[in-house]
Amino acid sequence: MKFQINVRNVVVALIAIGLTLLPVYSALSGNIFILTLFTRIVIFALAAASLNLIMGYGGMMSFGHAAYLGIGGYAVGILAFEGIGSGFIQWPVALLASALYALVIGALSLRTRGVYFIMITLAFAQMAYYVTSGLSRYGGDDGLTIYKRSTFGGLIDLSNRTQFYYLCLACLFGGIYLIWRIINSRFGMVVQGIRSNEQRMQAIGYHANRYRLVCFVISGTICGLAGALLANNTDFVSPAGMYWTRSGELMVMVVFGGMGSLFGPVIGTIVFLLLEEILSQFTEYWALIMGPLLLLIVLFARGGIMGLLGRVNRG
Amino acid sequence: MADPMLRVENLVRSFGGIKATDNLSLDVAPGELHAIIGPNGAGKTTLISQLTGQLMPNSGKIHFAGRDVTWLPSYQRSRLGLARSFQITCLLPDFSAADNVALAAQAHDGHSFRFWGAARKEKHLRDAAQAALMRVGLAKRADVPVSELSHGEQRELELAVALATKPQLLLLDEPMAGLGVTESARMVALLKELRKEVTIVLVEHDMEAVFALADRITVLVYGRVIASGDPDAIRSNEEVKRAYLGDQHVVVGHV
Repeated sequence: MKFQINVRNVVVALIAIGLTLLPVYSALSGNIFILTLFTRIVIFALAAASLNLIMGYGGMMSFGHAAYLGIGGYAVGILAFEGIGSGFIQWPVALLASALYALVIGALSLRTRGVYFIMITLAFAQMAYYVTSGLSRYGGDDGLTIYKRSTFGGLIDLSNRTQFYYLCLACLFGGIYLIWRIINSRFGMVVQGIRSNEQRMQAIGYHANRYRLVCFVISGTICGLAGALLANNTDFVSPAGMYWTRSGELMVMVVFGGMGSLFGPVIGTIVFLLLEEILSQFTEYWALIMGPLLLLIVLFARGGIMGLLGRVNRG
Repeated sequence: MADPMLRVENLVRSFGGIKATDNLSLDVAPGELHAIIGPNGAGKTTLISQLTGQLMPNSGKIHFAGRDVTWLPSYQRSRLGLARSFQITCLLPDFSAADNVALAAQAHDGHSFRFWGAARKEKHLRDAAQAALMRVGLAKRADVPVSELSHGEQRELELAVALATKPQLLLLDEPMAGLGVTESARMVALLKELRKEVTIVLVEHDMEAVFALADRITVLVYGRVIASGDPDAIRSNEEVKRAYLGDQHVVVGHV
């Protein structure tokens, strides 16, 4: 892969540097709020990047991706509630639970295509929402407060804002690197081929759904990690975090940034959450501005913000 | 005749009240080029789709290379060495020509649950792709996205993709469809080369091409075989003339 100097890559590099240096700025300026805000942004960017893997590269429009945020979060929350505070247990459980959920949901949903796929993933996520609402031992509707963040045997202190931010950022960069390797691998080529023309891929010898399912599980697992981070960030998990509007927001972040571009979801998430933050200071009807903006992007900039910055090379 | 490479027995497929394939039986010998002709709506593409597994028959049997493949899904038939080209071009539009062919080669080079190494850097896949592109005369267009290839080039690419799966049997569904005179001539020349290496079932409307290429011809009308034999026998077959060629005089006129 050749790295060329063009607008896209310069913007991506600047954002990466900006994200890396943000805690320094926060410390120098004494602006703690910006670090808190961006911790949240970085976590959601990881979730959006995972959704982009199936939506942008795999052509699977999952409308239930918030479920993984919830499952990852509840894994951490429930274990903490039961007295198991070690991240070395909590986090693998979060990943495993997300992967298992994705495996079951994927195996059932991938029998369908198009609108039906969107609807069935939505339905399963809503089911997860109602199931967690019914967990009365773990707070039910009201959610579950996490009194102690995951511990990693003194390696890293998640209660330290800066350390936690860098952990999230490392997960984001690691996740994007992993996705980059995947989409350029044999597996990734097959998945993108299936997005492009499923019939053709079957005819040359690929069992399309098997590849789709594995891709679906990888995506869900990465999002489960984002869920574990989010739970630690808010010290709280609740069914509301799995509601379909949250899944919709993740989709909007991906579309904003540019489906099927590696770094697009990061930009999309930054723009979405910053806009939400800024607009909501002026009006509680911030969605009235966000909505038309999304329409403009969908109508006039199919490649999202990344697309506006230059041609998307994919496939 | 040696054991047939492909044997179709009493195949039936109906769509509602219409029998698109009506008790059809057919043998294809190893090494032959077997053409299937018939008027529009004779059920030629329906037959090909059942041979490759995109469509399942209502009854009947399909044997390929000594195995009953009647109920095998298409990806498994491809593994056994059955390849098809599509009548309506069916490629990966946002991939380059080389990617299209390399993916076909990759499908027959172990499993593809490899998540780390860059597939485009695997030399033997790229080489296989380049070789297949060279065969069909597209070597110079390797890096062009499919959506920017001409129709004729896309037809040739269809063939390169099928070849890259290293097939024993090649099912070609109207490879000449929509091609100009020169492009058709090139395709015929290409098929003349290919038939030396691989068994071919050719569905085609271009009678000139069919009679120039085929060892045997099977004529379908309303999903039934009304005649099967070498080109001379078909040309002189009264039923064929009446049912299909009669008022067109294509064969008589051109050959």
